[in-house]
Amino acid sequence: MSFPWLTALVLVPLVGAAVIAFLPKTPAAALPKRVALAFSGATLVVAAAMASQYRVGGGWQFEEVHQWINSFGVHYALGVDGLGLVMVLLTALLVPLVVVASWHDADERNTASFFAWVLGLEAASMAVFLATDVFLFYVVFEATLIPAYFLIGGWGGSQRSRAAVKFLLYQLAGGLIMLLSVIGLYVVSANAGHPTYLLSDLAAMDIDPTTQRWLFVGFFIAFAIKAPMFPVHTWLADTTAQATSGTNVLLVCVLDKIGTFGMLRFCLGLLPDASQWATPFVVVLALISIVYGALVAIGQSDVMRLIGLTSLSHFGFIVLGIFVFSTQGGTGAVLYMVNHGISTAAMFLVAGYLVKRTGTAQIGAYTGVEKVTPVLAGIFLVAGLAACGLPGLSPFVSEFLVLVSAFQHAWWVGAVAVTAIVLAAIYVLWLYQRTMTGPTSESVSGLKDLNRRELIAVVPLIAALLVFGFYPKPLLDTINPYVKDTLTQIGVSDPVPAVSFVTHAGADEEGGSQ
Amino acid sequence: MSDFVKPTIDYFQISPMLIVFGVACLGVLAEAFLPRSLRHLAQLLLTLGGIVVALVVTVLVAGRADKVAETGTGRGWLTLNGAVSVDGPALFLWGLLLVLGLAGALLFAERELEGGLSAFSGQAASVPGSEAERIANERGWEHTEVFPLMLFALGGMMAFVAANDLLTMFVALEVLSLPLYLLCGLARRRRLISQEAALKYFLLGAFSSGFFIYGVALVYGFAGSMQLGAINEAVRNDAGNHGLLLTGLGMMSVGLFFKVGAAPFHAWTPDVYQGAPTPVTAFMAAATKAAAFGAILRVFYVAFGSERWSWQPMLWVIAVLTMLVGAVLAVTQTDIKRMLAYSSVAHTGFLLTGVLGLQSAGQLATGQVTSLQAVLFYLVTYGFATLGAFAVVGLVRDASGEATTLASWAGLAKKSPLVAGAFALFLLGMAGIPLTSGFVGKWAVFASALAAGAWPVVVAAILASIIAAFFYIRVIVLMFFSDPLPDGPAVAIPSILTAITIALGVAVTVVLGVIPGPLLDLAARAGEFIR
Repeated sequence: MSFPWLTALVLVPLVGAAVIAFLPKTPAAALPKRVALAFSGATLVVAAAMASQYRVGGGWQFEEVHQWINSFGVHYALGVDGLGLVMVLLTALLVPLVVVASWHDADERNTASFFAWVLGLEAASMAVFLATDVFLFYVVFEATLIPAYFLIGGWGGSQRSRAAVKFLLYQLAGGLIMLLSVIGLYVVSANAGHPTYLLSDLAAMDIDPTTQRWLFVGFFIAFAIKAPMFPVHTWLADTTAQATSGTNVLLVCVLDKIGTFGMLRFCLGLLPDASQWATPFVVVLALISIVYGALVAIGQSDVMRLIGLTSLSHFGFIVLGIFVFSTQGGTGAVLYMVNHGISTAAMFLVAGYLVKRTGTAQIGAYTGVEKVTPVLAGIFLVAGLAACGLPGLSPFVSEFLVLVSAFQHAWWVGAVAVTAIVLAAIYVLWLYQRTMTGPTSESVSGLKDLNRRELIAVVPLIAALLVFGFYPKPLLDTINPYVKDTLTQIGVSDPVPAVSFVTHAGADEEGGSQ
Repeated sequence: MSDFVKPTIDYFQISPMLIVFGVACLGVLAEAFLPRSLRHLAQLLLTLGGIVVALVVTVLVAGRADKVAETGTGRGWLTLNGAVSVDGPALFLWGLLLVLGLAGALLFAERELEGGLSAFSGQAASVPGSEAERIANERGWEHTEVFPLMLFALGGMMAFVAANDLLTMFVALEVLSLPLYLLCGLARRRRLISQEAALKYFLLGAFSSGFFIYGVALVYGFAGSMQLGAINEAVRNDAGNHGLLLTGLGMMSVGLFFKVGAAPFHAWTPDVYQGAPTPVTAFMAAATKAAAFGAILRVFYVAFGSERWSWQPMLWVIAVLTMLVGAVLAVTQTDIKRMLAYSSVAHTGFLLTGVLGLQSAGQLATGQVTSLQAVLFYLVTYGFATLGAFAVVGLVRDASGEATTLASWAGLAKKSPLVAGAFALFLLGMAGIPLTSGFVGKWAVFASALAAGAWPVVVAAILASIIAAFFYIRVIVLMFFSDPLPDGPAVAIPSILTAITIALGVAVTVVLGVIPGPLLDLAARAGEFIR
């Protein structure tokens, strides 16, 4: 038997969380932080080692299947494909950075718990991205809520307890609605003669269109809340305003990806007919999310809320890319998930540094920060420009792919989506202008620039933005086969161009007449 | 009239019941002849010993039942001339009831919390606030009769789930109810509320028993027999007056729904759960529900299984109503015991969701979860979570006894993270969060209902679960993230007895959440009822 790489990816952070839970709980103790860094680093190493053996385009790999609850047809089944791989790598990369960036964020109370919950969240997220059994997925999907709830409720602003409850209730409601569909899948498979929850068995099954639609609705509502999408996004801004920046990174950059991940894996993978049936509706919701998120972000006076709401807009792009059913759209969406994770993490972390220094998240409470802390301001600007899709930084590539596919889908879809580029420039640059430029306020004149620890946490993110901005090929090569497989299974092929592109002159007339 | 033939009885088959009743009688004798100082210890040992022996014998009987030739898909025997059916589900529920009884008895025996005295009144006959009460308290008297009373109730419950004829079922119903009415009125603190609870429970219970027996009479008029198997035959052949059958079925249902606390017959639940001594509430909430659902399953599946097109729609309505009423009213409660009471009403609704998922064997795929299996499993998960939760409620005390107002629980985790953690786990289990037993239970009952096409009920159940999640989470938030009141209650350190009960609840909630397979298989192996 080969080494169970995927189980190791779940177990390493889980063991780390357990170890830290037993460490002394003195505030500001250094030991829990070091242990957390060691375990999250070890997870990154395991992830990298796994990725190095991954065969691009090889379908499901490193699969582990063991029976779990026999009478429910439930298995402990893990596996990784192109989509899973990039999400695992993103998670494994972000958690150590969050640990470094949050080094002093939990110093006031119960430091050990904070880092234990961070690792617990990493373990649960890994399991979500690796699960190939719907029941297992559901269990770990819900399990992510517990660490997330305690992270939001335990550390951060004064209204954090309220925010945590709101977050939890939204997510639980979504989860329970999804439970209906999960049980529905069981009944469908039982009616087909053999109760099972394995993705491979379920994907091979022919579910009748009406049933598919009902199941789709259950899954989609849950994932729309998770992602989040308009109109079930209202928990997002409240949460990001109250939680610490490290929690926000985990929440928005890792946990929320589960929503779009689930749409790809379950809505498209298991219920292809229903997904196509719902396309017009979902596309409209995605467009509303894109524009509405950007507009509301412009109007925010709290920097953390603002960043949270930009994600609403970005998730709209991801969902749009998923539901236009083309290779560009699909690849763009998955790539967007990675890039959004990196750029938003950078924004949250740098904004967190700023809030920690000035003690307020209010935009307009001070101006001219760039003169006292040029490095902080510079990184903030780069991260912000990435978020608004500046060419040369990685989000541009994905945004462009999604926009191209949107225009292919229907001209008006592309036309609406493209306005977000302008709006994004407004919210990022206006935010930068109001806080960083202008005369330096009295209250911020003594600020220190980023120290080495803070730099270590964000420099890898900026580097990734630049590298993948100029050379996205490794990511695209991983994602492309997955998207092709999915579209083949749905039975969709890319639209034929109206004006075909022909390389040799001989076929000119044929091509032109299409 | 044929001559009376003396039935042959294999006493081994019904020995678990006989042991429990026998030990209860011994307890009465002990109460009469032992000096006061010895009674507590003697009663405790008798009770625990009796239950453990009964449990061991139940396992032996189950082992033998496995070996007998199967009649249909069920395994076991009809005994006592067809009055009692010792079959798979009955044996499963006997095991469950005995373990719940064991844990309940441990709570009954707890004396650390009241300064060396039990939670039961010193002299139940003395007027609250009177001189006689003061003297009884001063001399440290306590009612040790609670142990035999509990055993009688337990024996009645065991007979209730095994009764294969309506008269036996009625007698068992009374045997299990009467001791409980009495136990409810024996609280040491807040005696007026306790006595009010007992009276309410008794009056309403007596009324519902009247409904039940009237229904039995009408069904007898229809079928010409009290035996469930014979009634089933009559229903199948559609002999006799159909109106008689439906009226009888409806009236029997009223009696049974009262016992499980299903809306609109749930009104007694909050008052009784709040007023009764907490150990009694714990035992009653867990065990009565298991026993009454055992009887509901038997009546609906065995006697009226062929008539399910008549009763399934009724159960749809009752289940939806019960879940929503329980969940919505629980949100408005300010007392922790009342909140748990309404939550138990909601759980009754979830269990009914499982009950109405009855399908004939031909409609099920091999290995698919059956409704019987789902309900049996749910009863286990619910029973232990409830028992544990009420055990914890008994620990949070201030000068006037248990502090049950919700507000006084603020910041409990800061005083005792362990107790608050256990309580949070029970609440999460009841809310049905994955990796707790409650999730698997919920999944199973929902799956069986959905497979039977009852999707509107399941949608309502999901809605009720969302509402329920709100009030469970609210308590957890209160315990973990609020600041404690300055003069709030403290967490009393219990003796090993209560600690064992809570630990048992925690263990079951976690283990069944992670590896529910073995118990689900056991519930599946219990197979069908024997008629």
